[in-house]
Amino acid sequence: MTLTNRTKVVSNKQMTFVESLYLPAIFAGMWITIKHVFRKKITIKYPEQKREIADIYRGQHILKRDEQGRERCTACGLCALACPAEAITMIAAERIAGEEKLYREEKYAKVYEINMLRCIYCGLCESACPKEAIFLTQKIVDAEYTREAFIYGKDKLVEPIDMDKRIDVSKRQTDKVLKFKQLKHERHNI
Amino acid sequence: MLKITIDGHTTEVEEGTTILEAARKIGGEIVPPTMCYYSKLKGSGGKCRTCLVKVSKGSENDPRPMPKLVASCSTPVQDGMEVQNITSPEVLETRKAIVEFLLINHPLDCPVCDQAGECDLQDLSYAHGVDTSRFEEQKREFDVIDIGANIKLHMNRCILCYRCVYTVNQITNGRIHGVLYRGDASEISTFIQNAIENDFSGNVIDVCPVGALTDKTFRFKNRVWFLKTMDIHRNCPTCAGRAVAWMNGNEIYRVTGRKDEFGEVEEFICNECRFAKKDVNDWIIEGPRKIKRTSIISVNHYEKLKQGAIINPVDKKIEKPSEI
Repeated sequence: MTLTNRTKVVSNKQMTFVESLYLPAIFAGMWITIKHVFRKKITIKYPEQKREIADIYRGQHILKRDEQGRERCTACGLCALACPAEAITMIAAERIAGEEKLYREEKYAKVYEINMLRCIYCGLCESACPKEAIFLTQKIVDAEYTREAFIYGKDKLVEPIDMDKRIDVSKRQTDKVLKFKQLKHERHNI
Repeated sequence: MLKITIDGHTTEVEEGTTILEAARKIGGEIVPPTMCYYSKLKGSGGKCRTCLVKVSKGSENDPRPMPKLVASCSTPVQDGMEVQNITSPEVLETRKAIVEFLLINHPLDCPVCDQAGECDLQDLSYAHGVDTSRFEEQKREFDVIDIGANIKLHMNRCILCYRCVYTVNQITNGRIHGVLYRGDASEISTFIQNAIENDFSGNVIDVCPVGALTDKTFRFKNRVWFLKTMDIHRNCPTCAGRAVAWMNGNEIYRVTGRKDEFGEVEEFICNECRFAKKDVNDWIIEGPRKIKRTSIISVNHYEKLKQGAIINPVDKKIEKPSEI
């Protein structure tokens, strides 16, 4: 039984004189190499040059802030529950008086960590989030030298408070979701 | 003995039994849900209206149906009574409306609330409610207050079931907390933020069907579905000492009473067991507590089946008792 039609029977027959010069074989090989020099290159010069990726590409996560700059995450733990890779851990804390401008709800995530090596970028955390706090972005996670460096804390995940540096996630939300947010009696979600 | 038929299931109960207790005796899906009734508290029930059922035949002597739906928790059984619960579309439709009523002043802050995952109202609205709300007005709002050193009162979430009031009145001596004001302005509270301090006051947390009364020692520490439930006991001088530990590794996050299938505690536990004993060495661990497969608390908790156990493909029940 043959598995492929490209099998060749190897023989130990004596090489002819021309074959023993090796030159035809060398030129045949070189010809293939030279041919590829003039072809269109299939590699790109990353990171100067980047490939075009979809608007809903699932890359590094961000923790969103609302219009007033308050963190949306309330450490409910649903993302961690939904996560099939168990990459997310968090510790909740209670908001104290005077922190109303930092956190939306009376509870917030004091520690929020995603292990980017465990993460499989499935986006289930994004779907599970009831507060529209966590989103995946188009950013590709940077290479690091140590494993510890891949555990991203709030310093890397929370988006900047500066309005100009905010990350737009509107393309990740369907019309249905955006419409839902407009409903008056659903305002707890806004 | 009186004969009663609920959704086609017939049973015999003693005189004075309520329809709800008769349904619980039969068990299964036909048991009406309850938010305010608590079999261990005298006088409870009749407030939330979630247990409404249809009496299609009053009794053997007077077979006329009752004109309106009745609260099964406070209607006594009559001989030959026929009751419809889940077989009556009218009851299910009414229950939907009741859930909407209960949610009118209940904030939808389940992501913040510590009760989420073990909340009776959450389960009820998932089972019977509609997924959107028609209520556009402002919900009533209160400040969160401490009643006692270990209990937090979130009046926003209270559905005024009166269970905690009956608990404090009946299992502790001295009445220090009750319902103030009337109608839609009513709220549970203590006398001018008086602390509820009593050996058994912590039980108000267990009887609360929503997250209005929560444990301050557990507040925001963890989510119930990340914790493992273990049956534990200790030699307690004040109470029976049988409780449930909510653990992660060797750390006890909180201690609660053991709840039965209807969400009622089997035995009330004392405050020392509940709030003070958070060390594994204080307790004797009996083993994991069985949690319903439908509960989110059992998510990612796997059971080891006994060798040869068969899972019945029809009703997905394990035929031989499993061993954990």
